[in-house]
Amino acid sequence: MSLVKKYGKETTLSLLQSMLLMRRFEEKAGQMYGLRKIGGFCHLYIGQEAVAAGTIGALDLKSDYIIGGYRDHGHALAVGMDPKAIMAELYGKATGCSKGKGGSMHMYSAEKHMLGGNGIVGSQIPVGTGVAWKIKYMEENGVVLCYFGDGAIHQGAFHESLNLAKIHDLPIIYIVENNQYGMGTDFKRVSAVHDLAQMGYAYDIPGKQLNGMQVMEVYDEFVNAVKSIREKPHPLFYEIKTYRYRGHSMSDPAKYRTPEELEEYKQQDPISILLKQMQEEKLITEKEYKKMDNDIKAICDEAVDFAEKSPEPELSALYEDVFAEA
Amino acid sequence: MPVITFREALRQAMDEEMARDDRVFLLGEEVAQYNGAYKVTQGLWEKYGDKRVVDTPITEEGFTGLGVGAAMVGLRPIVEWMTLNFALMAYDQVVSNAAKTRYMSGGQFKLPMVMRGPNGPAEYLAAQHSQALQSIFAHIPGLKVVSPSTPYDAKGLLKTSIRDDNPVIFLEGELMYAWKGEVPEEEYLIPLGKADVKREGSDVSLVSYGKPMRVTLEAAEKLEKEGINAEVIDLRSIKPLDEEAVYASVRKTHCCVIVEESWPFASVGSHLGWLISRNAFDYLDAPVEMVASEEVPMPYNHKLELAVQPQVPKIVAAAKKVLYLDN
Repeated sequence: MSLVKKYGKETTLSLLQSMLLMRRFEEKAGQMYGLRKIGGFCHLYIGQEAVAAGTIGALDLKSDYIIGGYRDHGHALAVGMDPKAIMAELYGKATGCSKGKGGSMHMYSAEKHMLGGNGIVGSQIPVGTGVAWKIKYMEENGVVLCYFGDGAIHQGAFHESLNLAKIHDLPIIYIVENNQYGMGTDFKRVSAVHDLAQMGYAYDIPGKQLNGMQVMEVYDEFVNAVKSIREKPHPLFYEIKTYRYRGHSMSDPAKYRTPEELEEYKQQDPISILLKQMQEEKLITEKEYKKMDNDIKAICDEAVDFAEKSPEPELSALYEDVFAEA
Repeated sequence: MPVITFREALRQAMDEEMARDDRVFLLGEEVAQYNGAYKVTQGLWEKYGDKRVVDTPITEEGFTGLGVGAAMVGLRPIVEWMTLNFALMAYDQVVSNAAKTRYMSGGQFKLPMVMRGPNGPAEYLAAQHSQALQSIFAHIPGLKVVSPSTPYDAKGLLKTSIRDDNPVIFLEGELMYAWKGEVPEEEYLIPLGKADVKREGSDVSLVSYGKPMRVTLEAAEKLEKEGINAEVIDLRSIKPLDEEAVYASVRKTHCCVIVEESWPFASVGSHLGWLISRNAFDYLDAPVEMVASEEVPMPYNHKLELAVQPQVPKIVAAAKKVLYLDN
């Protein structure tokens, strides 16, 4: 039985919707960046949507948490943060999810258990490990998904964290989203091993490689992984192979790769793949998809409109939230 | 009142706070089964067990970051750094995450954690193990930095730090752990940001904090013998900083010497000197003097090592200089 059939209409539609929202939102964000409405670094996730959708789709965010790196718009949308608050954050407005003080790399939602967006490569990995520590300490039934890129995997933070997670059987899944380029450097040029899934084994943590263009494969694997951790806490490690269509950030023309390579990956677009699979199982019609897409585009337009109309933070906000009141 | 050591005062503070709040836990190298490299955590593992007193591998970045994550979601970790020298390995976690997560998230998260351990020069340890690093922590917005000088202050300030909802860097000193002082049996807290007048005086203000308080007080006694009545202000916490206590003293004495054991360039003391010159300028009869560490990596040789640090004669000379008594 195909995975699409196994999980049925409700789940597959929700995964498709999640990926499409990320895609359309970021297309809009890229456009607004081009118009200089958004400043600073802006790392788009386009092409990698199946990773966030497939993994976060398997969570229960009442008990589970996620934490990631600087390419975090997709994860923020996948946990259900309001697109308006995310767009307003990109605009640096007071109505942004971090009141305009975080920006692209620092999307947080305490309510949705989204612990950021971290701008320092690999710096979130020990922090995620500490969140898993709390789950174990409080004897809760949650799981942490901790994301980072192929550029972060050589950081000491990664190795120190896996070691600690294994010693204490922490309920955490480390996910390297291998989009194959650490900024402009092909990961193969700077990594001693090319099969990154192996790297968990040094700490006796099983590792597995997944195709990050196939959202149903990712989702199916994570449904089972999360279930196994809920039964008995332990760390897991996944390398999810994916690809970003855009440059590292908006300022990167991505000349280090060929148009042919990019085209090859666009042929395995995660959204197109799921749509085709669903159509084959008669779970969605072309008309329904068009409507979904139009609805999502409207949501993204509304987000831009909201961000445009939102106020700048007051200057008095400058000194707010440095410290918590005692 | 019982007389106990600085290390025992710290231990009592952690013990009392762990008994009071189940969310407080302690982690670091050798803190559990070994009873602490400097025996500050003696007996806590026996009392609270593996869950709450945790031996870590020698990976400061990893376990400090673990503390940050645990604090973000509601626990109250105490991270022991065997020495602040090793905290440099954890500096990214302290600066990028502990200090900034609250601000970057628009105030959505609290970071109630204490990072503590010995800071400052010890003896015969050479450059990598003997340095005072408070300035690099005090430089970062979002961190509180506390530096007690007596067992009494250490206990009251550490208890307050553990209850604080913000990241606190708590600075002790290897050579201070055996210092003794009176500490009451009943519970007490000392607020952060409240300096203490360790000695009343009217002729010159000597301002210091942490370990150099001892030589500063000795210098005050020496000056007393020469008929100079020094006031000694103990900052107790560097951030928040009790500026007003310093200005009040300067308004009284009209001259000031700052004593600290870190390097003088961009230091806590040099910042304080600027604050005094800006906010108490009209009361000053002389430029503010500073006795700090010599600007060199710490030499191993003991004679050279002592010469690097603030010592009584240097403080006495500085006091006489601001009083225009030197030749």
